[in-house]
Amino acid sequence: MSVPPPGEETITRSVTVARAKSRRRRYRPRRALLGLGGILTLLAVWEIAARVGLVDPRFLPPPSEVLPRLIEIAMIPQFWIAVGDTMVQWGLGLVIALVLGSVLGVMIGLSSFMRRATSSTVEFLRPVPSVALIPLAVLLFGVRIEASLMLIVYAAFWQIFIQVLYGVADVDKIAMDTGQSYGFSTWQRIRDIVFPTTLPYLMTGLRLAAAVALILAITAQLIIGTPGLGLEIARAQNAGLYSTMYALVLATGFIGVLINFGARFLERALLSWHHSVRGEIPV
Amino acid sequence: MKKTLITLGFALGLPAILVVLWWLATVTSPSFFVPTPGELITTFFETWFGPRLWVDILPSIARFGIGVVIAIVAGILLGMLVGLNRDLRAFTEPVFEFFRALPPPVLIPVLLLLFGPTDLMKIFIIVLAAIWPVLLNTIEGVRAADPVQTETSRSYGISGFNRVRYQVLPSAAPQILAGVRQSLPIALILMVISEMFSSSSGLGFSIIQFQRRFAIPEMWSGILVLGLIGFAVAAVFRFIERRILRWYHGLKELENAA
Repeated sequence: MSVPPPGEETITRSVTVARAKSRRRRYRPRRALLGLGGILTLLAVWEIAARVGLVDPRFLPPPSEVLPRLIEIAMIPQFWIAVGDTMVQWGLGLVIALVLGSVLGVMIGLSSFMRRATSSTVEFLRPVPSVALIPLAVLLFGVRIEASLMLIVYAAFWQIFIQVLYGVADVDKIAMDTGQSYGFSTWQRIRDIVFPTTLPYLMTGLRLAAAVALILAITAQLIIGTPGLGLEIARAQNAGLYSTMYALVLATGFIGVLINFGARFLERALLSWHHSVRGEIPV
Repeated sequence: MKKTLITLGFALGLPAILVVLWWLATVTSPSFFVPTPGELITTFFETWFGPRLWVDILPSIARFGIGVVIAIVAGILLGMLVGLNRDLRAFTEPVFEFFRALPPPVLIPVLLLLFGPTDLMKIFIIVLAAIWPVLLNTIEGVRAADPVQTETSRSYGISGFNRVRYQVLPSAAPQILAGVRQSLPIALILMVISEMFSSSSGLGFSIIQFQRRFAIPEMWSGILVLGLIGFAVAAVFRFIERRILRWYHGLKELENAA
């Protein structure tokens, strides 16, 4: 008897593991049902609050009125133009912030002189709320989309820039020295050593920036009046079309959810090799 | 001594260069849109250190402070309640996910409709905007508590309030504070734009007024005030975070050194 057959204990163990796994899988529908229950409860509370008349029923239309309204406005091309305007401002602003943030982040992060020289300026400029720039944006651009872009880029830039700085600071010094010894050019070192280390940080920054950019896009439309969903919400409110206003608010929320999911999906796809996403290898 | 001088040089070097460039640019070719540094400083003191301090600045800051404190306390309490109960977590997850994704400025017209342009509404909007990062990070922090710690406290019969106070809260603290850090800028944004959208006083309102009257140096001085408030908020937060998480930063240093 050289190799003993798999003993009773081994089998029991794998069965237990399989059972535990299937139990985990069986939990899913329960979770989904509970989540659905949560949404329905919220809608029910909203419906009751609207019907009971705690506030003026004109100001709080029930969901049974708002949800059909949302479907109605989704048929109107004007709605999709507003969505398109919002997404264009969001996307353009985010791309500009991404390019500026990662290029400046890598440049400044790689040089300790630059890091020290800029840190006080960065520490002062970063907490400036981007909405403080609203009057300036209006003065310079009026209601053109550049006004939105200015706010979006300012807000999103810091999120990305700071994360890239952290990422570059996290680069293994020995790996950099090794690269140098092997005659890597600066570009090669950035591409093959700095970039992979920084990518998880960059993705975190991008995820935060994507959410902030949407907030600022909507803010600019609401306050300044650049075209987009925010402007439509303000118009609906001024015109007293309250169920349209609530429908548009819901639509903005759905866009936010989509952006969040998109960012998380992108993060998982681009970082599938990284241990934070890959998860621990089961022992 | 030399070291302090070098640090000081690094801290002041770039800002000094920028101010000199700004001064040169505005003196050599005066622009309607940009005041000179000297002009900005005098307007800054003239505009804000008078009745405006009491009418505009302090009420805005008070609303911000009250809103943020309510959001943090409510976020942590609710977050622990939800985080410690798996079913409650599943029940609330989609709803919370939606509200977190909803850009908070769209709530301004809604709340304006329901409550009118009162102080209460402005505080409420700050709470509604700032609570989500705190709440969701608390849920996540509580959920991700170290199972060994949880089992140890169970074996030792630590439960109820004591468990929350001595195990759950400290282990979730780094994540909760990360949430607070995210929520502060959002609260500041909402403080400003709730006043811009409909108000007759407050920082946001005055800055927009200056811009509409083309009072350019005053407008810039308002931007400076907001910048200083943002900077002060960030500094206060860093100070508090360092005190609360002293053990955590120490632990990290040990881990990094190892």
